[in-house]
Amino acid sequence: MSKFGSAIFNRLVIIIPYVWLTVFFLAPFFIVLRISLSETAIAMPPYLPVFNLADGISGIVEKIGQLSTANYEFLASDALYTNAYLSSLRIAVVSTIVTLMIAYPIAYSMAKAPTSIRPTLLMLVILPFWTSFLIRVYAWIAILKPEGLLNQFLLTLGVIDEPLIILNTNWAIYIGIVYSYLPFMVLPIYSSLEKMDHSLTEAAQDLGCTPICAFWRVTFPLSLPGVIAGCMLVFIPAVGEFVIPDLLGGSETLMIGKTLWNEFNSNRDWPISAAVATILLLILVVPIMFFQHAQAKADGEGK
Amino acid sequence: MVTWSRFNIASIVFGFAFLYLPIVLLVIFSFNESKLVTVWAGFSTKWYVQLLHNQALLDAAWVTVRVGLISATVATVLGTLAALAMTRYTRFRGRMLFSGMIYAPLVMPEVITGLSMLLLFVAVGLDRGFWTLTLAHITFTMCFVAVVVQSRLLSFDRSIEEAAMDLGATPVATFLQVTLPVIAPAVFSGWVLAFTLSLDDLVISNFTSGPGATTLPMKIYSQVRLGVTPEINAVCTILIGIVAMGVLVASVVSRRREIQRVKDEQAAFAL
Repeated sequence: MSKFGSAIFNRLVIIIPYVWLTVFFLAPFFIVLRISLSETAIAMPPYLPVFNLADGISGIVEKIGQLSTANYEFLASDALYTNAYLSSLRIAVVSTIVTLMIAYPIAYSMAKAPTSIRPTLLMLVILPFWTSFLIRVYAWIAILKPEGLLNQFLLTLGVIDEPLIILNTNWAIYIGIVYSYLPFMVLPIYSSLEKMDHSLTEAAQDLGCTPICAFWRVTFPLSLPGVIAGCMLVFIPAVGEFVIPDLLGGSETLMIGKTLWNEFNSNRDWPISAAVATILLLILVVPIMFFQHAQAKADGEGK
Repeated sequence: MVTWSRFNIASIVFGFAFLYLPIVLLVIFSFNESKLVTVWAGFSTKWYVQLLHNQALLDAAWVTVRVGLISATVATVLGTLAALAMTRYTRFRGRMLFSGMIYAPLVMPEVITGLSMLLLFVAVGLDRGFWTLTLAHITFTMCFVAVVVQSRLLSFDRSIEEAAMDLGATPVATFLQVTLPVIAPAVFSGWVLAFTLSLDDLVISNFTSGPGATTLPMKIYSQVRLGVTPEINAVCTILIGIVAMGVLVASVVSRRREIQRVKDEQAAFAL
């Protein structure tokens, strides 16, 4: 009896979350794919054909014949979408690099901090991550506005003579992404640096390496898993970012997350938004699998 | 002895100033007398008082809290099970896919998750509203819980579980009486994380919610689009306060637990 109970328990532990994620996370992607092959209609739901079990097999087969790749052809023919994808990728790459350059010294210094204050520092990095994304992005509007706090400050100091126009430009988007995703970059780098054996750098220095050379040849390569994880955690969501380009960017800023949102919410064109989402997912599937692989490996090593 | 150089201190100070200055400024200007959020005109709490009379905002806050409580609780159960499945069963059919479904939502752009879940709800004919919102929040937050609990389970000493089983405890009893008490702090911080993520979410909520189920971030977003006002600063300040308090409580609880655990172990060895 107990053995039977144990088998059931073991099964349920796997099956319950498995089924949940399959139904609510995996299956929807197939629905997105299917709707991206439909055409827009003025109805509810606003697309055609709608599959219905009542149609019987012949009806369903007939409706499958109505699916078309017209939406993808439309996306390919309109430069707006291509530019949006390219510009999202460019913004995400640049912001990831800048975030890395800012995050690394912070993570490095945290790992070198006295052990007694490390938990506090760690807490201080994690805290903004728990605070709303929306709020943190919103906070920058008041700072970056032409009559905002940054310009007031710089004008008072006499550094500039007239206000800098930052809000509603790509500069504001870069600042927003770097700021919002900074903790995601600091944490993995810190955790890989913290685990590092300091005697290794000492050994390198004893063998005649300068501190800078010891950093580049010992410390940095050992922190690479953290750097890679951090870059993925910033790059992947940044490509599809919506809140930041919407609130901080200007009307001329093209980012695919914003395009998708507008197609869906303003134009109410569900098939086109589904096609936009499918392409975005295809672009990101390789980085996502790379991230999952690295993460699973890191967790495996933790055993 | 590891030395903390001037460079290290400067990086930390600048880094944390960058992280916190915008939030501090936002909080300060929520107490501004003037309607402008960029010119200081004296201390006032009038924006907070005004919030109490904003019924739409209070309704949204209530929806947000309810969704957060329900979804965080369900997500914690599901996420803990998923973490157990990931750490205890290293091989089962489709494990790669399973771990993919745990990690992918952590980085998946929210517009994709939101749109795909909405299309699922439409396809099965669920009316958009409170419950679709809650289902969506459970799904994306459970993966964060799974990762938090998993990291605790990886350092868990399984021999005490085996001892309990050898003494005749069923797997369920072993889990409830041996495993769960040990991983409880991680499960609790998983819950807090799920709750705050649910509280903060805008994009997924906007896709999966329907009439009558407007959440606070959705409300804030629609007001932000009209312009920056001290009233929004006040709402944000309250939200920041709640989250900061939650995180503080979670860290104090887990630290107490840790101290207690160390004490218990020492006592056990002393016997």
